[in-house]
Amino acid sequence: MNWGHIRALVLRYTFLYTRSVPRVAEMFFWPVMDLLVWGFITVYLQKLEHQPPALVTFLLGSMIFWDILYRAQQAVTISFLEDIWARNLLNLFVSPIRVSEFIVATYIVGFVKILVTVGILAGLALWFYHWNLFQMGLPLIPLFASLLLMGWAVGMITTALIMRWGQSAEALAWGIPFLIQPICAVFYPLSVLPKWIQPISRAIPATYVFEGMRQVLRGEGLSTHEMMWAFGLNVVYLIGAGLFFNYMFEVARDKGLLAKLGTQ
Amino acid sequence: MAEILVEVQNLRKEFAGTVAVADVSFTVPRGEIVGVLGANGAGKTTTIQILLGLIKPSGGKVTIFGKDLERHRIEILQRSNFSSAYTGLPSNLKVWENLLIFAMIYGVRDHRQKIDALLEMFEITHLRTKITGNLSSGESTRVNLCKSLLNDPELLMLDEPTASLDPDIADKVRKLLRRIQSERQITMVYTSHNMRDVEEVCDRVLFMHKGRIIAEGTPQEVKDKFKQTSLEDVFISVARGGDVLAGGGEEAR
Repeated sequence: MNWGHIRALVLRYTFLYTRSVPRVAEMFFWPVMDLLVWGFITVYLQKLEHQPPALVTFLLGSMIFWDILYRAQQAVTISFLEDIWARNLLNLFVSPIRVSEFIVATYIVGFVKILVTVGILAGLALWFYHWNLFQMGLPLIPLFASLLLMGWAVGMITTALIMRWGQSAEALAWGIPFLIQPICAVFYPLSVLPKWIQPISRAIPATYVFEGMRQVLRGEGLSTHEMMWAFGLNVVYLIGAGLFFNYMFEVARDKGLLAKLGTQ
Repeated sequence: MAEILVEVQNLRKEFAGTVAVADVSFTVPRGEIVGVLGANGAGKTTTIQILLGLIKPSGGKVTIFGKDLERHRIEILQRSNFSSAYTGLPSNLKVWENLLIFAMIYGVRDHRQKIDALLEMFEITHLRTKITGNLSSGESTRVNLCKSLLNDPELLMLDEPTASLDPDIADKVRKLLRRIQSERQITMVYTSHNMRDVEEVCDRVLFMHKGRIIAEGTPQEVKDKFKQTSLEDVFISVARGGDVLAGGGEEAR
């Protein structure tokens, strides 16, 4: 791993994002819109009778946590697409950059982008709904880290699919995370899901994070055992995603797809 | 005898049963400019992309700097570079920012001086702080060429480097490439559809047709072999059915 290469790529994304108003706006626009819609829905629901006591906190927390996962995945995939759109992919693939260095650079950029986005969302949630994300205290760190790792794994898989099937598969960049959203207990507890889906749900690290978040918000503390499961699964998925990415890279080399992606 | 920088042995590439490159062998000595010519579909782009490590060959072996390309790809790419009229650099970055990033990737020391020197060499110093996306295609091509020389490559692969340049700039670039080659002994593998480019720049040409090398030699030798007065005539004859192949060309090998 050459950190000089990674530093160069991170600098490139920094130039890219600081120079482009739409790219910066994209970091905030959808998350803020989501926060406003979900926030006001919960405010409305709170006014109804028989609502659970922590409804606002659950929904706002879920929305912000989902955004961490979604943005982590997007950071990896969109960074790759940026190079396709700029017809720069070929220049990178014929330079001495290793695939792993490219991926790590997207992780770093994604991490910074998520910190900024979550910071803004937390501020707005506090301002509009008097809800403080940081009231969760230290458990916020493992929950955040676990979502980040899963987002990176999903991002690698999505990018590998785009590498294999080209720009026609571009929609996957935005669509893939929503495949898992219904079954990873984002906005409702795992117990709500049909019994036969629950084992599938338990195979997804994010499920443990969202369940854990609700535990913390209920004041029950974070289950170490559950978080171990989340991190264990994340390690498995990251290794699997890395192997899958590498395999697809070699398939793309074999089929001559890298050059096509780089010049189309 | 000059050191062999690139050695291609029995190179073969098939895509889903279609043979793109069929048993091609050639060598490139250090300091030589070799043109790879042929009509669309002749296999030249596939050959170049295999040399760049972008395509995995179905068979055969590529050795560059005495090292096996498949096993030492990154090490080889560190000492090589590439420029194409068909690739771009991130459009909303300034020219110097794009060059700085590639200078960092190639580990160039004194990158500021290096970038300035290259911009001056290609007469585009005035573009230094311009947004890359606002450049004309000719200006972009020259910025790409600057990128390709940042690491003082020992091997430079050029895919139609003068494709979008006006005749004046194209002429300057051709002269510049020759000058760079003679001053720094850079080995170049050059593809172009512009036969004038090839005659002026290349020491030797490999003429490809249907995935095979059908002629090899200096531009004059190839013209003589096909009994034509220009490489363009050779190109047209080969592209239009291989009548020349039957007459004057050597057997495909």
